[in-house]
Amino acid sequence: MASLKDLRGRINSVKSTRKITQAMKMVAAAKLRRAQAQAEAARPYAQRMERMLASLGAAVADSPDAPKMLIGTGRDQVHLLVVVTAERGLSGAFNTNAGRFARARIRALEAEGKTVKLLTVGRKGATYLKREFASRVVGEISYHNVKRLGFEQADEIATRITAMLEAGEFDVCTLIYNRFQSVISQIASEQRLIPAPLPANDAAAAPAGELPALYEYEPGEEELLAALLPKNLAIQIYRALLENAAGFFGSQMTAMDNATRNAGDMINRLTLNYNRTRQANITKELIEIISGAEAV
Amino acid sequence: MATFDLELVSPERLLLSRPVEMAVIPAYEGEMGVLPNHAPMIVALRGGVIRVTEGGQETEQLFIMGGFAEITPTRVTVLADEVTPVATLSRAAAAQRVTEAEAALAAAADETPEVRDRASDRLMAARAMQEAAQAA
Repeated sequence: MASLKDLRGRINSVKSTRKITQAMKMVAAAKLRRAQAQAEAARPYAQRMERMLASLGAAVADSPDAPKMLIGTGRDQVHLLVVVTAERGLSGAFNTNAGRFARARIRALEAEGKTVKLLTVGRKGATYLKREFASRVVGEISYHNVKRLGFEQADEIATRITAMLEAGEFDVCTLIYNRFQSVISQIASEQRLIPAPLPANDAAAAPAGELPALYEYEPGEEELLAALLPKNLAIQIYRALLENAAGFFGSQMTAMDNATRNAGDMINRLTLNYNRTRQANITKELIEIISGAEAV
Repeated sequence: MATFDLELVSPERLLLSRPVEMAVIPAYEGEMGVLPNHAPMIVALRGGVIRVTEGGQETEQLFIMGGFAEITPTRVTVLADEVTPVATLSRAAAAQRVTEAEAALAAAADETPEVRDRASDRLMAARAMQEAAQAA
């Protein structure tokens, strides 16, 4: 049986662990709020971009020389998967979920005889996927030393993808990330980036009371679209990065909350154990004294 | 005076959303003054200054590094890449951008025409920024 001193030591160490997880939970909660606000702030741009793309896409969709980014390369052989995960762990199953989702997709695509290339964003996903698919990884991007993710980073990733598209390195590009459903639920999901899925240009897209307008374009539709599509790509990636960040902090908060609760349970158990041992020691000493006195 | 809704959004946030009387936007093929009931248009923007007029006076000057604008009779939406109020532009930063853009253009000499075009657009935007910074 553990001595009293050992038990005291263990209780103290679990107590300090609890303090750490509690602090981490509060930090994650504060960062989550900030990440959510940032995601909120990015929404108007994405919405308006969608509206513009819808009207432009409809004007160009049938033309044979529409940009590659919109209609793809016409093939479906090489798939580029962009997997977005967090930079750090201690967040429950957050990174594993995205990783597992990506793995299932890779397996499915390869079973169909497609070639898969991987671009990972975030260190955790990179280490997870490299264990099994090291030969498919074409690039790793990590922002672990960037304090606050901005549009700049998303633009950088988009530029890289665009360059790969222009070099003909892939046919279809899909983004895999954890969609932020709520603080306690993040869903690993995929989104096709190239060929770009165009939002439907129906009456519902136009705000109420406004006729679907016939736009004039300056410069031409195609030039505009060629400039708008890379922007759209960047904004989609930006959104994924932000949702990933928000989801990460949400997941970390939940994980740390659980850890704090577990530490509390453990302290209770250890304290009970400690008191029992103490009691047993006292009883034993009493018995010794009494039997000693009787012997005299 | 009649007004229309002007919205100015950057990827990071919504910067402006209110009724104004007139806005001058730096369209790709020259500056464009937009009044209410303008014909619907979608235009690309180059680096330049957006001037907003409210109550007969110019109330805002914002520098953008390029973007797009959607114009309808009742609303103008500007999707800008980067937005800085002209008053806070720094000459030193602008000059540095020009130098960087010049270097990038020189480095792109052997690239495809599209890449070169993009680099020269960026240089023009940087020069416009410098001009705006000096005027402020």
